[in-house]
Amino acid sequence: MRLFADLGAWVLNALHRLGRAHLLLLSMLRGFVDMLYRPRLLLDQLFSVGVLTILIVTVAGLFVGMVLGLQGYYILSRFGGETALGLMVAASLVRELGPVLTALLFAGRAGSALTAEIGLMKATEQLSGLEMMAVNPQYRVLAPRFLAGLISVPLLAAIFSVLGVAGGWVVGGGMLGVDEAAFWNGMQDGIDFEDDVINGVIKSLVFGLVCTWIAIFQGYDCVPTSEGVSRATTRTVVHSSLAVLGLDFVLTALMFGE
Amino acid sequence: MTLSRPLRRIARLATWRRNADLFLLPMDNQQATADDVLVKIRGLRFMRGQRAIFDGLDIDIPRGGVTAIMGPSGTGKTTLLKLIGGQLRPDAGTIEVDGQDVHALSTDHLYQLRMRMGMLFQSGALLTDMSVFENVAFPLREHTKLSESMIRKLVLLKLEAVGLRGAHSLMPSELSGGMARRVALARAIALDPMMIMYDEPFTGQDPISMGVLVKLIRELNDAARISSIVVSHDVAETLSIADHAYVISGGKVVEGGTAEQLQHSGGAWTRQFVQGLPDGPVPFHFPAPDLREDLTGGAS
Repeated sequence: MRLFADLGAWVLNALHRLGRAHLLLLSMLRGFVDMLYRPRLLLDQLFSVGVLTILIVTVAGLFVGMVLGLQGYYILSRFGGETALGLMVAASLVRELGPVLTALLFAGRAGSALTAEIGLMKATEQLSGLEMMAVNPQYRVLAPRFLAGLISVPLLAAIFSVLGVAGGWVVGGGMLGVDEAAFWNGMQDGIDFEDDVINGVIKSLVFGLVCTWIAIFQGYDCVPTSEGVSRATTRTVVHSSLAVLGLDFVLTALMFGE
Repeated sequence: MTLSRPLRRIARLATWRRNADLFLLPMDNQQATADDVLVKIRGLRFMRGQRAIFDGLDIDIPRGGVTAIMGPSGTGKTTLLKLIGGQLRPDAGTIEVDGQDVHALSTDHLYQLRMRMGMLFQSGALLTDMSVFENVAFPLREHTKLSESMIRKLVLLKLEAVGLRGAHSLMPSELSGGMARRVALARAIALDPMMIMYDEPFTGQDPISMGVLVKLIRELNDAARISSIVVSHDVAETLSIADHAYVISGGKVVEGGTAEQLQHSGGAWTRQFVQGLPDGPVPFHFPAPDLREDLTGGAS
């Protein structure tokens, strides 16, 4: 009996949190209007959420591309298909690895920082202080961060993919001797703008929305103590990562399934 | 330290700004009620889980004075301020501020009412990514269309009033606890509110900072003709500046009256609290089973 009671309480609590998260999302969307008049708020957050994540995305993209080039070459060369290396690297990056890995890196770097920052603002009564100054923190503090995340992730995914292709070329063309023309022509012929690039952009938009939403909600809803902020930060990374991987499967099935 | 000159200047400026109608508030928000009671709390009930923090609380906070709300830690003093400010919603009862039922207001009207309330949080609640100047300027930038030069003058005057004009370029992390509270006080008076709520303003302060805050609260109240609610358990300091005081415990008002009446109260509970006696109606021991039984594990 006790088990059922606990299970019921857990489900009710989860539904309650889900409801609060959706109300927060609606409120942040309403807050977008404010930013038309105060673009400075958005620019500041684009810097801290987006620009400061470029370095980790650049380095990761380069190395992932190099590994793809290396592994792809070893497998393709068994069948004499080295010329398809460019297509393989680009398709893997644009369709899957670019959006997914960028979102995971974003959740680890910017998402955790967002949760910790908002959680600490709550713990130090800064959010309460804003409310008492008749300033809605959901519009003033949360909405610019949300929009910045939404804009940043697709751009970061594009940087990741470009650097990944460059890394694949450095290994394939520069070190392993794959023909330059075949590498680039194969990529141009095989990559479809609508099927591959646009779908990749849609994926990264969805991942950006989900990761930033989770990060902001966890910070805003955390228990305002040092332990509460720490737990919320961990939850942000875990929930975001699982959500990205799960959504990637769903989106891939919808976009590329027969 | 001379506080009265900058405070008088602020009072003059506040009057001018109210007349200039800078905040564009609707007329119903600008009309004060004829009532002398600024905050009227009736039958307040507020629960945290199964525990009643307040159960039938009635309090009147008069206009124009310093009202102290005292009680031991955990009695819900901070919660009461959050209820007055509309940050928490009561389970029953009403809270009227300047004739308006706080919890019946729409969000827009609640925010308009909050523009006329200032609150000094226990931690100061300064925005840590902004300098002292920007913190004090924040409410002015958010709610007015004043020119930069006017904002600068106002901010420097507010900081002068709390003795920290020279610290305007510092960041909150460079301030001591007492300085942070004074900056927060300057920010709380930035919009020339009709009332200021102080949440434990003296906690953790050294004697000098405490003396400064005590003097500031009283002089600010008189010079700017506002109303102050001071929530505290520092009895001597609070009663030294309070015109009226309430002692609350167990979710209800134990006693209310002037500071003098409370200091000479015949009530056992109030006497224990005001004089800081270790035992009395509030027992020294937390409820526990018999000591002998506990030590022997119930063997005897």
